[in-house]
Amino acid sequence: MTRKRVLLAAGMTTALAAALVGCSAGNGGSGSGGSGSGASKTNCTNEIKVKDVPVVTYWGWLPDTAETVDHFNESNDDVQVCWSNAGQGGDAYTKLSTSLQSKSGAPDIVQVEYDWLNSFLIQGGLVDMTEYGIDEYTGNFTEGALRDVSSGDGVYAVPVDLGPVGMWYRADIFEEYGIAIPTTWDEYAAAAEALDAATGGDVKIGNFAPNGAGQHTAFLDQAGAVPFEFDNSNPTEITINHNDDASKKVYEYWLDLVDRGLVGTDQAWTPEFTTALGAGSYATAVYPVWYSVHISAFENPEEGAVWRAAPIPQWDAANPKQVNWGGSTLAVTTQATEPELATKVAAELYANEDRQKLGVEVGGLFLAYPEMIESDYFLDQEYEFFGNQQINKEIFAQAALDYEGVQFSPFSQFYYDESQRLLSDAIAGNLTGSEAADALQESLETYATEQGFTLN
Amino acid sequence: MSTATELQQPARPPAERKRGASLERKHARFGWVFLAPFAVVFLVFLVLPLAYAFWMSLHTNTLAGGEQFSGLANYVRAFSDERFMTGLGRVAMFAIIFVPVQIGLALIFALILDDVRTRLSKFTRLLIFAPYAIPGVIGALMWGFLYSPSFGPATTIFDFFGLNAPDMLSPDSIFWSLTNIVTWQWTGYYMIIIYASLQSIDPSIYEAARIDGATKWQTAMQIKVPIVTSSLVLTIVFSLIGTLQFFTEPQVLAPLAGNAIDAAYTPNLYAYNLAFSYQQFNYASAISFALGLMVFLASIIFLIATRKKSGLR
Repeated sequence: MTRKRVLLAAGMTTALAAALVGCSAGNGGSGSGGSGSGASKTNCTNEIKVKDVPVVTYWGWLPDTAETVDHFNESNDDVQVCWSNAGQGGDAYTKLSTSLQSKSGAPDIVQVEYDWLNSFLIQGGLVDMTEYGIDEYTGNFTEGALRDVSSGDGVYAVPVDLGPVGMWYRADIFEEYGIAIPTTWDEYAAAAEALDAATGGDVKIGNFAPNGAGQHTAFLDQAGAVPFEFDNSNPTEITINHNDDASKKVYEYWLDLVDRGLVGTDQAWTPEFTTALGAGSYATAVYPVWYSVHISAFENPEEGAVWRAAPIPQWDAANPKQVNWGGSTLAVTTQATEPELATKVAAELYANEDRQKLGVEVGGLFLAYPEMIESDYFLDQEYEFFGNQQINKEIFAQAALDYEGVQFSPFSQFYYDESQRLLSDAIAGNLTGSEAADALQESLETYATEQGFTLN
Repeated sequence: MSTATELQQPARPPAERKRGASLERKHARFGWVFLAPFAVVFLVFLVLPLAYAFWMSLHTNTLAGGEQFSGLANYVRAFSDERFMTGLGRVAMFAIIFVPVQIGLALIFALILDDVRTRLSKFTRLLIFAPYAIPGVIGALMWGFLYSPSFGPATTIFDFFGLNAPDMLSPDSIFWSLTNIVTWQWTGYYMIIIYASLQSIDPSIYEAARIDGATKWQTAMQIKVPIVTSSLVLTIVFSLIGTLQFFTEPQVLAPLAGNAIDAAYTPNLYAYNLAFSYQQFNYASAISFALGLMVFLASIIFLIATRKKSGLR
């Protein structure tokens, strides 16, 4: 009798514990059920204009997606797009991963940022579009964007927009203290010191976020580092080179500024950082063109703040190098029922001038199409918030055209998490910049080996 | 009991016995029918996913290598995985701090509210319980804002006294910040459980105590607390399990305190990130089961250690 009750109590405890464990372990099942309906052709956010023609499903979250899809459906009577929003960035990727894992539920076309393509390629999630007629369209894209969506000889996505990086700065602060706008990283560090001395540390030149993976990728690229080499035609091999001199130079540069208290270390994408930037604690933000929408929407911005854009500071003013951070692509998943049709739709969604203008005006996109970038319509755009500065003509158009492309790792999330962990450690003073680069290299090598890659 | 049955049996007429048996069988059949809806849900949504997760945990799947059967290799790896063990150690520390603080506060509140019966006490009871009614994610988000160094109230208060506010989201202080959130959230719930069992005590016992000259303190410590021990054990087990499975609060605070909360801060967070960020569903299943095993062991050890007090003998 007594033993029975103990057993019963223990059994109930286990059941409860198991139920809670089950929540995390069993999620794969519920995820696939949910995404199954997400990718179904009857559950669209938009209205299908033409009935009884093939329908292509699409997960996207660009601000102009609704308008662009409607326009596409109105101007095509042989195919229709069924669009739904599966979450923005990480949420959509989690759903996509889960759908790939459970082998059902993924849409035909999916919006993926450049740095995540390889992570889905390695899961066998995306089709090689060269088999389905993408060659006809590849001339439309900037060189850098095309390289970003290619791996080996394959092309795995259609570039939509880019994030050429510039330096957003507070013109009023620089003017007040008589400091010149830095054009090189040396000048940037000197300006940081001057600003610190002039304001008693109240205004810092910028912020080095431990979780700024996209920004760090751009910084590393600018310094000439090639952290990853990965070719999907040989997917079990990878080259990891994250502690070369160029990588260490970047980390040392920023951690030196951190040590001297000349830059902040707020987490990116937190209210902390946006508040600090809006309140005038930082004089610059080395961010891409798409950050303009954030800058003009700060809550409680400091009165009299004057924001302008300038080119990104260079390591070597004689040999400037332009970099990219962010931007999206349209990829076709391996679960697409008609990959050829899906490829065509993905390629044509932004290949039409009207829809490109919707992208620019509604979505605020910086399209990866040289024809658009070099058009007078685009170059002459004036931005009222930035004192009618023609930011495309002055800075970003050239930056986007000069961008050469990078190679991303096939395990972005792990890389970003580890980079954040080790840079946090370095910011806390436990590691130097070089040591952080070495530790990151070691951690990435271990992980890649565990995951069955051969290191070159 | 067996002697009583033996005595009764011969007295029962055989015919009636037969009818009784068939009635019992009929009852049993209907019993199954009534049980069926629950049983189906239980099997489909609990037992099957668990079995599937366990099956998954016995395989390995690498990004470059594909899936193969690997027996207990994932479990060996889990218990030699430094990040998993660190996380386990961390939730053990949380349990050592959380459980006594939560249950202690809950008991104190329950005893006070049981003794003081005014309108104010009813309102207070509601107020202490209110945090439990707030969804965990909302609560954690709210505290995230309260802890914010740039616009949280702490900064304003410390500024008033000319002091520097501590950064409550830094690696040094995040442990206590999380402790505070969880205590705030759960104390009210445990208080209600203990309070309910205090309410069910026969008042004549208090009367007897009073006649014997017991003070309020003595009544509380020597009558009330021993009587509600089984509720206390129950709440401690709940609290222990909840703490070892710690997930929501660190997950919500992670974007705000990325320096302090990494992907493996708690074992549950680690399992979640392994599965949904790193696509290691198999290893994540093994981590989940390994955690489940630890939770089971912790609960069973606690139940055995307290079996005399809890009445579970």
